[in-house]
Amino acid sequence: MTEVKKEQTTTHKIGIYLWIWGLLFVLSFFSYMVDWYNFQGLLRWSLILFFMFLKAGLIMAFFMHLFWERYALVNVLLWPMTAIACFVGLMVAEGKYTVFSRLFYFFVGGA
Amino acid sequence: MSDLNLDKLPGGFKGMSEDIGSDQTTFKGVNWGKAMMWIFLLSDTFVFSCFLVAYMKVRASVVEPWPYPSEVFALEMFGVPVPLLLIAIMTFVLITSSGTMALAVKYGYEKNRKMCGWFVLLTAIGGLTFVGMQAFEWSKLIFHDGVRPWGNPFGAEQFGAFFFMITGFHGTHVSIGVIFLFIFARKVFRGDFDTGRRGYFTTMKSDYVAIEILGLYWHFVDLVWVFIFAFFYLW
Repeated sequence: MTEVKKEQTTTHKIGIYLWIWGLLFVLSFFSYMVDWYNFQGLLRWSLILFFMFLKAGLIMAFFMHLFWERYALVNVLLWPMTAIACFVGLMVAEGKYTVFSRLFYFFVGGA
Repeated sequence: MSDLNLDKLPGGFKGMSEDIGSDQTTFKGVNWGKAMMWIFLLSDTFVFSCFLVAYMKVRASVVEPWPYPSEVFALEMFGVPVPLLLIAIMTFVLITSSGTMALAVKYGYEKNRKMCGWFVLLTAIGGLTFVGMQAFEWSKLIFHDGVRPWGNPFGAEQFGAFFFMITGFHGTHVSIGVIFLFIFARKVFRGDFDTGRRGYFTTMKSDYVAIEILGLYWHFVDLVWVFIFAFFYLW
């Protein structure tokens, strides 16, 4: 494999892949540590989300090459995902309402 | 694609509006197969999001306590329960296979047949390991702990249904990916992408861009696992 291959515009140096690879390992290790040290409550959730989004972003940007794609493709992908995030927010509110009304009618009783 | 000089086109949002308004190909410099794979992955994102949102909504609204995944998925090692041990190993295996796939794509671009083939094969073996560990995880939960889609000994009854649905759907994706990885490892080693040999289902010539398209799918499987790991196992 020592022969020199012709460089193309779409190929990238191996270093960037190895860096991202290493970062993904480190981030996964950190998110496992969140469970290992048994963090609870808001700290646990925010740390989980932080490491999750970092990992997802690194995979999409570099492993899936979105960082090097033109905006026409990137935006077609990212805006629907933003819509999903809004949907998640709606359903969080809905879930809170459901558990509230279940508990309310359990303890207070219906009409 | 070859006659298109992407460097001369404007970038950013200006480039985007010109690409869309060019009355020509919108995704300039993007192979049609790659664009179609992205569209498929986007629709797959919707499916997985629906599963995860439904799971989140149910978990947020059950009155019974939700089974604590840290204890449910703990493994006994030398008499000590280690939380999420198998899941952590599965995560590392999948990330490893994602990394080897990224290298396979890189060597595919460089038309380095042997390195590309070995890394595709390595990725397939990593995926196979993942599926094997998932089968072990499932059989432990089903036969040892008695988890069923309609009930389990740990808490809220819906746990089993969501666990089998979400990890099962993801495992199906991994299995399909492994099959394709083995097929494409053979194709790479045979030199299909160097000679432009025509495929079995198509009269089109094979090209190394197929490795990138396969890579997109495989990275997506890893991407979904990142979300499942966060929301199902860690939360």
